[in-house]
Amino acid sequence: MSPAEFFAMNGYGFYVWGSYGVALLVIGIEIALVRHKRTITLRQLRMERDAGEEQ
Amino acid sequence: MTRCANATGAVTSKLSLFGLFGLVIRRDLLLAMRRRADVLTTLVFFVMVVSLFPLGVGPEMDMLRKMAPGVVWVAALLASMLSLGRMFSADYLDGTLEQMLLAPQSLSMLVLGKIVAHWMLSGLPLVLIAPVLGLQFDMPAQALWVLILVLLLGTPILSMIGAIGAALTLGLRGGGVLVSLLVLPLCIPVLIFGTGAVEAVNTGMTIVPHVALLGALLLLALVFTPWVTAQALRISME
Amino acid sequence: MAINWFKYSAPTAFYGLAGKMIPWFAVPAAVLFMVGMYIGFFVAPTDAIQSEAYRIIFIHVPASILSMFIYLIMAGYAALGLIFNTRLSSMMATALAPTGALFAFISLWTGALWGKPMWGAWWVWDARLTSELILLFLYLGFIALQSSIEDPRRADRAGALLAIVGSVNVPIIYFSVKWWNTLHQGATIKFTGTSMHVAMQQAMFIMLLACWLYVIAVTLARVRSIILERERNTQWVNELKEVRS
Repeated sequence: MSPAEFFAMNGYGFYVWGSYGVALLVIGIEIALVRHKRTITLRQLRMERDAGEEQ
Repeated sequence: MTRCANATGAVTSKLSLFGLFGLVIRRDLLLAMRRRADVLTTLVFFVMVVSLFPLGVGPEMDMLRKMAPGVVWVAALLASMLSLGRMFSADYLDGTLEQMLLAPQSLSMLVLGKIVAHWMLSGLPLVLIAPVLGLQFDMPAQALWVLILVLLLGTPILSMIGAIGAALTLGLRGGGVLVSLLVLPLCIPVLIFGTGAVEAVNTGMTIVPHVALLGALLLLALVFTPWVTAQALRISME
Repeated sequence: MAINWFKYSAPTAFYGLAGKMIPWFAVPAAVLFMVGMYIGFFVAPTDAIQSEAYRIIFIHVPASILSMFIYLIMAGYAALGLIFNTRLSSMMATALAPTGALFAFISLWTGALWGKPMWGAWWVWDARLTSELILLFLYLGFIALQSSIEDPRRADRAGALLAIVGSVNVPIIYFSVKWWNTLHQGATIKFTGTSMHVAMQQAMFIMLLACWLYVIAVTLARVRSIILERERNTQWVNELKEVRS
């Protein structure tokens, strides 16, 4: 089976790769959002602590 | 309004459970009668939504007859969402709700009274006007009677499930839209059995299973929702 | 003092523990995902009736199973938080909700892409697809309610009540939708082959395991941020290495 045939999926390529592509995409977005949230939370905590120290 | 609230607070300690239940209903009805526009708004909304459908999909009688139960039910669902925001908010703002939470009687019973009052103000008018709207859709007489029956069984469930949503979103910003988002998915079984019964009578089948299931849902809701709503109110008032 | 330990230091201890556990779930999840994909695409044979289109099940079925399972776990955690007042379980419920909604979305999306070649329509009002859609609505309601309440304690408890009411309703909704579907004789997406090939079962099982491990890893990562946010005024948060630097 050639790679081209494999990606064509016997004519169902759009449906099969559309499913897996979007699933992986949204999972990737979720991972990015969770990491972003952690960065933001940590930054905010540092800012709050610095503000507290100045007082 | 304040006089009314004080009266409730002072008298409760001597009242029996059912006396209190009646008092809550009477008070809510009295307050609503002083602001009749609110009740009418729900009703007008219901009539308007139902009347928009033929304009949207065309005047073919066959199709309209087929859609009628679904259209009436969806409109009833939306109309009952409309008035949910008012269920507890006035009492919350003037402090009556706090008194109710502190009352020695069961909060569930008080909540049930409020639910019944809400149904009489927003559910019952819909049941009464629905046959007229059914005529707009050329529903046969038999189907109209079934429609009234299932609406009578179903609209109280909408008020009860709605009460949970109203209690959870008490005092929140954008509570009106939020409450629909929470409550509408939970109302889907009512919609399915309610329209199913009318469709059954139209196709000459028995309506018994639909009505029986709707009745079962009503009993379930009657047992659980007042208590759940009472818990939700306690959470929201903390 | 046992209760106090439970109440006050559980998030403290759990924050560090979760951080150590994440790689132990994330790495196997990635490995199993690749193994599952390999078996699903190279070992499992072509289906006689559905040809290659059936290969969507390796993501569709695990996503559907997990979306329902996560709702139950979420409601369970929320109920624990409500009844025993354990803050960490409420935080876990909050952390699970977005992932549950995500899997419900994946299930719907892949279901639509599977339905189009098989039934000629992107969306059929099949009992399972419809229930999945309602499940997504329930997740969105939970998230919307929690995010519109500012007081975290009230958000936890209100969300818990909604999740419990929702989980009681899920079977009622499912059976009523199923009944409605049979009345209207709608289409049902079924695996039409007489029996599934062993490699297909293996691939599906491995993918389910991979997704499950992923859910655990991403929930732990999310709950760490929630813990930091909620405990921002405590000593231990300010003494953390990542906050001090």
